[in-house]
Amino acid sequence: MTLTSDIVREKLTEKFGDSLTEWAQPHGILTFCVPRDMNLKVLSFLYDDESLAFRFLTDLTAVHYPDRAGEELCVVYHLHNLVANRRLRMKLYAPVTQPDVYTATRIFSSANWMERETYDFYGVHFIGHPNLKRVLNVDEMDYFPLRKEFPLEDQTRIDKDDEMFGRG
Amino acid sequence: MRCSAGDKTPGASPPNHDMSETNHIKLPEGSIGRTTTTLNLGPTHPATHGVFQNILELDGERIVKAEATVGYIHRAFEKIAERRPLYQITTLTDRLNYCSAPINNMGWHLTCEKLLRIHTPKRVDYLRVIVMELARITDHLICTSIVGVDAGAFTGFLYVMQFRELVYEIYEEICGARLTTNMGRIGGFERDFPPAAWEKLERFLKEYPKAQKELETLLVRNRIFYERTRGSGAISAERALNYGFTGPNLRAAGVDYDVRVHEPYCSYGDFDFRIPVGTTGDNYDRFMVRTEEIWQSLSIIEQAYRKIQDMNGPDASVYHAEVPEYYLPQKSEVYTKMEALIWHFKIVMGEVDIPAGEVYLAVEGGNGELGFYLISDGGRSPYRLHFRRPCFIYYQAYEEIVQGSMLSDAVITMSSLNLIAGEMDA
Amino acid sequence: MARPVRFNLHEKSTNDWGINQASMPEGHMGDGFFATSFDKVVGLARKNSIWPLPFATSCCGIEFMATMASTYDLGRFGAERLGFTPRQCDLLMVMGTIAKKMGPVVRQVYLQMAEPRWVIAVGACASSGGIFDSYSVLQGIDQVVPVDVYVPGCPPRPEAIIDGVLRIQDLIHNEPLRRRNEESYKALMESYGIE
Repeated sequence: MTLTSDIVREKLTEKFGDSLTEWAQPHGILTFCVPRDMNLKVLSFLYDDESLAFRFLTDLTAVHYPDRAGEELCVVYHLHNLVANRRLRMKLYAPVTQPDVYTATRIFSSANWMERETYDFYGVHFIGHPNLKRVLNVDEMDYFPLRKEFPLEDQTRIDKDDEMFGRG
Repeated sequence: MRCSAGDKTPGASPPNHDMSETNHIKLPEGSIGRTTTTLNLGPTHPATHGVFQNILELDGERIVKAEATVGYIHRAFEKIAERRPLYQITTLTDRLNYCSAPINNMGWHLTCEKLLRIHTPKRVDYLRVIVMELARITDHLICTSIVGVDAGAFTGFLYVMQFRELVYEIYEEICGARLTTNMGRIGGFERDFPPAAWEKLERFLKEYPKAQKELETLLVRNRIFYERTRGSGAISAERALNYGFTGPNLRAAGVDYDVRVHEPYCSYGDFDFRIPVGTTGDNYDRFMVRTEEIWQSLSIIEQAYRKIQDMNGPDASVYHAEVPEYYLPQKSEVYTKMEALIWHFKIVMGEVDIPAGEVYLAVEGGNGELGFYLISDGGRSPYRLHFRRPCFIYYQAYEEIVQGSMLSDAVITMSSLNLIAGEMDA
Repeated sequence: MARPVRFNLHEKSTNDWGINQASMPEGHMGDGFFATSFDKVVGLARKNSIWPLPFATSCCGIEFMATMASTYDLGRFGAERLGFTPRQCDLLMVMGTIAKKMGPVVRQVYLQMAEPRWVIAVGACASSGGIFDSYSVLQGIDQVVPVDVYVPGCPPRPEAIIDGVLRIQDLIHNEPLRRRNEESYKALMESYGIE
């Protein structure tokens, strides 16, 4: 029996009901949103259930939406069922003042560095992570660079000629 | 630190042997009684082909614990991409896995085409397949010959590097650059492949198999190479899947997952090829999987070339899709026709908005599933672009793989995993 | 219309086999010996046996591998033996992007080299940060170490890298023997904070 998006959605709503919101299927991948504290429950259900079997974590990243008050940081999990060849996208929202999310490292070992990268870029604090340090940036950095309020360029440069860049 | 060679002026004071100068040296807690050595296989080291660091704790020659540090070439691609229009991001994708830049370029163009719902003609797909498989061959041949170099066999690397030069010449004919190709456009290619490119491709298809057989004769049944690589750096299929391995490293562990077969993009479904799979996931299996994939890629290129030659009529000269909003028009038309001038202006000045949407597309890169997660909010540049980089994800497993093995095996494991620092740090 | 040729216009001094011969420095030649002053010979000897340290970080490193391979052989110019330890090398070839995390490492490697030492910045990223004008990339290695030759390109062609090495050879050939003890050199080192 092929695993279609309808079956996945049916099984998820059967188990978790209305707590899963924002169902959509942009460009072919079924997407839904879970409340912040339920992420491990949904991930382990998707892992353990024999017919769903989403046992491969393709990607874990975050997006910053400064306009959504109280829900600025969106953590996105891409899951993949290799046998039935179906992808799934799970999102959760966290406020930027208290961005605590439970870590998925106990279920997927690949989440280890992906969560460190998300912490490094956005400041999402993963509770229970074995080694939540910065992975790509310098350890002494004190801000989270990929948030929208921070600029791309290094602000301490003195040799850039603003006139030439149209900013002078 | 003093660098005062040649500063022997007469009357200088003799060196100070007062032991109180060493009081500033502080030993870490418990280091006197420790029996392990800490070795820093640092960011600059001939064994690390790329800049990443391993702090190893050694008990003699055996590794007790390894700690990997990356980020020494973090260039903030994802932040830069939020400020660039779509066609300027192609130059960033070049520099991800720089040994096989065309695969990254084509993957990015495919992602944009998925978001913009552009359908490319068959000939464009076949041209893209040729270029991507050439890139895959170059990536694998660097990796396999470098495994040989790390085991001590330097010559094989030189034999195959000259074919890399031939592939560079083919890239130059197609797009003008050797390594960081910035090849193609959204919708196809900027120009049709010139006849010189086809001649060089034929020469490559004729001459490369001999060089590859030479490399295989040197290494595959070589007793020393076999004993160095068999059994070292092994990982089981379950652990590999849990660590998010993809690509030749996962296939060496026994799982036949290949994005080209599971989610065919770019008409890969039209080609007949096999996926080589290993058993134990050790260094020898990874080497053999990559070697066998080179042969499969050569076969795919031949099939694509024949399919293109068999095309006739108007199909035989098409090299891009008709999408004037995103595809820069030919310069000759820009200088003579009004519509082309207007579209050129709009595209370059950034007046063309991309539709809002969220897309994830994966291509089979040289190291595995290279994913592009693009969120657009309707502006000129992406709202969020995330690269799912296979090297970053499977390097986490290095600490587990190398524990308990010898230092020399750790070096070979590092090179057989094909760690490209540009892709790891992005 | 083709542009007029600007380079390679002058007849080189070749012998019968078409091989370009370098001229001898001035000195006194006798039966089985040749006497000249040190500063003419030391530069000549040093420049044709450079031991480079390839500090290859990213894409320029792959072009360097192509330069060392047989098609564009760098070994013809005497730089065959690559050392990976700074204690034994003369020329630090920094190839590729240097991130701020890597800056102290470049500086440490430079400090570990013994005089006389030269630095060549290969590629746009090492020269000036390249296309990566971001918060994490060092905008040119001359922020941390003094650089002698810059090779632009992204990545530079192997011919360009060879040209850079030839310029270094010119610098080495023409360098006065006591340059490293002069005040101007000490001032340069001071400006980088290197003692």
